[in-house]
Amino acid sequence: MSENIKVMKQKDISKVTRHAKAGGIAAKVLTYVFLVIMALIVLFPFYWMINSSLKTVDEYRMSTPTFWPQHVMWSNYSEAFRVANLGRLFLNTVIVGVISTVLSLVITVLSAFAFARLQFKGKNVLFAGLLATMMIPGELFTITNYGTVNDLGWMNTYTVLIVPFLVSVFYIYLLRQNFLQIPNELYLAAKVDGTSDIKYLWKVMIPLSLPTIISITILKMMGAWNSYIWPQLVATDDLHKLITNGLRGTAFLDEAGETNYPAQMAAVALVSLPLFLVFVFLRKYIIRGVSRSGIKG
Amino acid sequence: MVDNKQQWKAWLYLSPAIILLLVFTVWPIINTVRMAFLDGYKGLEAAGGATFNFGVQNFVKVVSYNRFLSCLGNTALLCVLTVPISTLLALLIAVCLNSIKALQKPLQTIFFLPYVTNTIAIGMVFAAMFNIVGSFIGTENELISNAGIINNIITFFGGSNVNWINAGSSYTANIVVMVVYIVWNALPFKILILLGGLQSVNKQYYEAAKVDGTSRSRTFWRITVPLLSPMIAYVVITGFIGGFKEYSSIVGIFGSTMGPPNLDRRLNTMVGFIYDSLSSNNQGRASAAALILFGIILVVTLLNLYVSKKRVHY
Repeated sequence: MSENIKVMKQKDISKVTRHAKAGGIAAKVLTYVFLVIMALIVLFPFYWMINSSLKTVDEYRMSTPTFWPQHVMWSNYSEAFRVANLGRLFLNTVIVGVISTVLSLVITVLSAFAFARLQFKGKNVLFAGLLATMMIPGELFTITNYGTVNDLGWMNTYTVLIVPFLVSVFYIYLLRQNFLQIPNELYLAAKVDGTSDIKYLWKVMIPLSLPTIISITILKMMGAWNSYIWPQLVATDDLHKLITNGLRGTAFLDEAGETNYPAQMAAVALVSLPLFLVFVFLRKYIIRGVSRSGIKG
Repeated sequence: MVDNKQQWKAWLYLSPAIILLLVFTVWPIINTVRMAFLDGYKGLEAAGGATFNFGVQNFVKVVSYNRFLSCLGNTALLCVLTVPISTLLALLIAVCLNSIKALQKPLQTIFFLPYVTNTIAIGMVFAAMFNIVGSFIGTENELISNAGIINNIITFFGGSNVNWINAGSSYTANIVVMVVYIVWNALPFKILILLGGLQSVNKQYYEAAKVDGTSRSRTFWRITVPLLSPMIAYVVITGFIGGFKEYSSIVGIFGSTMGPPNLDRRLNTMVGFIYDSLSSNNQGRASAAALILFGIILVVTLLNLYVSKKRVHY
């Protein structure tokens, strides 16, 4: 009798686990199906961008779109360079991006060092005050800054695109946290040896915080690459216009007033390419930075 | 303990940051409040020597503008729609990603891809996906103003073509396009944070639930969501803050007219209103609107923090 019960119980258990296993496999399959569909949705715009950028205008306008161009039009890319003056826009963006990143890093490192290592009156109040400004939406600053740069005569210069955004409280905060993790004894030892602050920063602090500094560099460069609103307000001439501002606009209109969409898509692809490369090679550093911020660029 | 040399050095190192912050951050805060409370303040007139009375006229005017109310409505609507949708979707994706082993890394990489895109550029791609011909209305191509790959997909499943963004499109269709684009854009950051949270959850909870024979949905709602609640609160708060500052995504889809052809500013937002006021040299109005935006963000953030204090399990 008790034997029987035991057997029955074992049967029940194996039935239950088999059920659970079958359920598990079904759930696995569903999980993968869901993830793959979502991944395709995420990727689709990129595919569509490439696809559209290689079509002729007529093929682009067909009401039943083709999933690969009948005639691959690489010339759309050179066309985009020509009509939208992309070369100049790229150059402007790189100049602004590089200069503002370098200057911004110098300012950030010096400030973070002062907050992390030096003792001075009002340090905590000042730091709290800086953090408080992060709460305020940037648009609020823009209204006055627009007037300020106008009064300074900076309209349509590189200066106007670089200087107002050199200080980022968030980056100072990020680097200070990193600097704080480096033992103070190292600094004191360096002081005893008579090492200057700058040398100590350069030889010890910066190498030890390199990942954070790389994150800041990438985010700052991406910021220049993607900035739209401020350049739209203050630098609208061809000599200083940035890449994003050249995408939307009248550059792609032909003589008849119709937009050359494939060339426009080619320009979009060209703007996306550097970002894509950064993503492929430096993803780790971007993730490091953004997982602590919640801001884009 | 504070020696003078360190004091002196600290201020020296901080001086570039402090000078720039004084000019481009602190002064703007003071000046915005000043301009907001000077009735009808205009930069050009002020430069010409005009004086303005202290008062709250700017605020009164801003909130009585229909244009402002429509901006506020658009912004709030987009926030209310996109934050829950993107959070839920990101949560679902993160949980699924966390539960698989094979392909986890490549899929994770793909889901992060939209983060490193140019909002304007990819917005233009989305516009092209919804409706391919933006400016053909009134020409011989008018009839195909409904064409686009999304419409092809819809008709493939038996639906009918929708005019999403061209002239004559409905407000609802416009909003749907914006919601899709904003959610697409918002997913990577949310997935990143939520997946990071999931990976640090102690596996023992799940094993205990397994032993007790707890169902999947129960495990999800009773274990995963409570343990993830700090991260969920974080992505919701940052989502709302970002949502109230929505602007570039709309420029990406509709261009700087912020609406379909012939209906300029239909989808304008709070930030758009501020820039419009600035462009028309109404600094007083722009300042008042910016302070209102700041107030809204502050209230929504505090509200979120209050709710999460009650509901979040740390």
